Amino acid sequence: MAEQKVIVVGGGLAGLMATLRIVEKGYKVDLFSLVPVKRSHSLCAQGGINAALDTKGEGDSTWQHFYDTIYGGDFLADQTPVKGMCDNAPGIIYLYDRMGVVFSRTPEGLLDLRLFGGVKKRRTAFAGGTTGQQLLYGLDSQVRKFEALGLVTKYEGWEFLSAVIDEQGICRGIIAQDLSSMEIHSFPADAVVLATGGAGMIYGRSTNSIICTGAAAGRVYQQGVEFANGEFVQFHPTGMLGDDKTRLMSEASRGEGGRVWTYKDGKPWYFLEEWYPAYGNLVPRDIASRAIYKVCVEMGLGIDGKNQVYLDLTHKDPEFLTNRLGGILEIYQQFTGEDPRKVPMKIFPAPHYFMGGIYVDWNHMTGIPGLFAAGECDYMYHGANRLGANSLLSASYSGYVVGPKIIEYIKGLDKSAADIPQHIFEQEKQRQIEIDEAVYKMDGNEDPFLLHEELGDNMMTNVGVVRYNKNLELADAKIQELMERYKNIKLSDTGRWANQTVMFVKQLWHMLELARVIALGALNRNESRGAHYKPDFPERNDEEWLKTTRARWTPDGPKFSYSDVDVSLIEPVKRRYDVAGGGK
Amino acid sequence: MPEYIHLKIKRQDGPKEPSRWEEFKIPYKPNMNVVSVLMELRKNPTNAHGQKTTPVVWDCTCLEEVCGACTMLINGKARQACSALIDQLEQPIKLAPLTKFPVIRDLQVDRQVMFEHLKKVKAWVNIDGAFDLGRGPRLSEHDRKVAYQLSRCMTCGCCMEACPNVNSKSDFMGAAPLAQVRLFNIHPLGKMDKNQRLDAIMTKGGITDCGNSQNCVMACPKNVPLTTSIADLNRQTTLYSFARFFNR
Repeated sequence: MAEQKVIVVGGGLAGLMATLRIVEKGYKVDLFSLVPVKRSHSLCAQGGINAALDTKGEGDSTWQHFYDTIYGGDFLADQTPVKGMCDNAPGIIYLYDRMGVVFSRTPEGLLDLRLFGGVKKRRTAFAGGTTGQQLLYGLDSQVRKFEALGLVTKYEGWEFLSAVIDEQGICRGIIAQDLSSMEIHSFPADAVVLATGGAGMIYGRSTNSIICTGAAAGRVYQQGVEFANGEFVQFHPTGMLGDDKTRLMSEASRGEGGRVWTYKDGKPWYFLEEWYPAYGNLVPRDIASRAIYKVCVEMGLGIDGKNQVYLDLTHKDPEFLTNRLGGILEIYQQFTGEDPRKVPMKIFPAPHYFMGGIYVDWNHMTGIPGLFAAGECDYMYHGANRLGANSLLSASYSGYVVGPKIIEYIKGLDKSAADIPQHIFEQEKQRQIEIDEAVYKMDGNEDPFLLHEELGDNMMTNVGVVRYNKNLELADAKIQELMERYKNIKLSDTGRWANQTVMFVKQLWHMLELARVIALGALNRNESRGAHYKPDFPERNDEEWLKTTRARWTPDGPKFSYSDVDVSLIEPVKRRYDVAGGGK
Repeated sequence: MPEYIHLKIKRQDGPKEPSRWEEFKIPYKPNMNVVSVLMELRKNPTNAHGQKTTPVVWDCTCLEEVCGACTMLINGKARQACSALIDQLEQPIKLAPLTKFPVIRDLQVDRQVMFEHLKKVKAWVNIDGAFDLGRGPRLSEHDRKVAYQLSRCMTCGCCMEACPNVNSKSDFMGAAPLAQVRLFNIHPLGKMDKNQRLDAIMTKGGITDCGNSQNCVMACPKNVPLTTSIADLNRQTTLYSFARFFNR
């Protein structure tokens, strides 16, 4: 058999960790990324990464981390893989430490830990206020070492267009497009892993980078891969609204003592502390987002009558703040001109993280053999709501797991990608060239960027923090309308070199496809669980809905099926944060 | 309040194409930045003379000034477009691509050379493998502080753009990769390969090509102590040269 090779799509934490775990066993990796991997979206994560290191004398344990994660996710996550993640977390942090990641330290030179939402013990390791950046740079440096050795070949500035699937239904490579020359090529591989991140762009403005369109997931979804739990979208309670994006203010600001308040009857009202005395400002994100939404939208008590409340750090020592939260306070100051050490910050919930994603088995393989998914683009670790500082962990851990699993898989193959007839690749490549050419010919009167704005507004209004079936039906009708109007796009740039508009038009279609999965998934699920909240169905309904949502693409829209959740380790209980011991 | 935001953008259709300036007027809104203006512009790409044109091509990713992608010349200064607030800029706002890197299209440039430099200086810790070997080495708060300042470099290229010694006639790698050598030479495990990194910067294009103009440290948006780092590496390379000489 010819030399075997793996393709990794995406150069954030999951993709780079997977790459490392594969190349260090001597296999070659072709690494595809829209941007130089050192600019991947993982670097936007601020507050930290969870691991029960138990270095604060608080008796923390990996079991407690596991319990908090399952409970925080409202019991929708499969428990066995989550336990694997929490058990491996300390080892992964130590691995990053050895790579030279500049974690913040205790006076003894050990890794410092801070408090995050939905937990009672300090469990979050961090690097100032730029933890994601530092972890990404650590992995980036390690992958560069293997690039210098010739084991990793980077394709930076390339976009994944589709998986190449042979007659037996096995993934044998990918089709990708060079974003400068616009050329479309096929790349054979014995296994492919998508580590392509979230899809915040579906909501127009979110805390995500503009490359987080979900297009890669949307593409394989249309090739037959299932998309799971799409309706579970996390709104981060503390975003700062901007014209171009909603910038994130880390949960670490509350972990370090930040308080959320607004005025009621002329006096500061710390509503989270009043409503949730057991956890106060550190309730999980879904709870905090709903509370802020309620205060602003339903009670009309936002600051200056607008949809915003205060996040206040001004009672803390400025030097302490600079040391522990430096990077994020700089961002706030830079973009608003106000110093959060002196003036409370104004914040409102913003779309932030997709708990749902590509459906995979516990080895991270999709329904198409040879095609794997890891990181935010998979659905596996967070159930109905993700706890803060668990995303850097799940991205790292899923890459950590998928690497060895891929090697196991390709060792069991009876023929290599090199033995696959050329016409299999040629056929898929031609299909992609035709799609590309069709976009070049678009000459209607709709603007793709305006259509995207309408999509974002629609999702924000109708598929947001609080959901009503009537609005969800409207949302889906609107998406279908946009899909019709999409066919009437006018292309404003027909150039054959570095044409960003053509790429955006193609991504937009996949955003629309996934938007339907989100809206209809939400419409179907008549209960409230984690980030999915319906006032008309305010309770969690385990009897009917303790189920993973699985959407399969059909020409007539998504077709849904539901499968059981693994609850083999912890019996589901009612989730509450107003009393101590709710989380055990 | 001004009615329009007036922009002059240097356009170029491809690496070998000639460049030209194109003017734009965008309706004013408060609190905009250069990226949000460019986004506004692409929705209806029409220049100031009312002629249809193509959307301006530029790179951007995070929009929070941590990824470094959207670096360009804004009124002559290399900086990130996302954090360049319109209300603080003199108009007409002139946008041009960085000059020390090949232009791909419009404001988009190819900074691959910066990543090549990181390869050259071996900017990594040589760990045995990506598996669990238990706790890493301890690091003092002092070393942590120095290292963190250096590790926030986002490879944006402002320091290279500002450096007179980085030009088409020189191979100088600029300040960014040098600061990374200092970073990895601080780490308790990284230190073990300290001399290999010093070897790498003691060749052509390395530390001796620095002309000490000190522009880099002024240009760095993340306040990475670049000149201090170069001075520190000068000490390291000198000591290393002596040691090498006497241990021959």
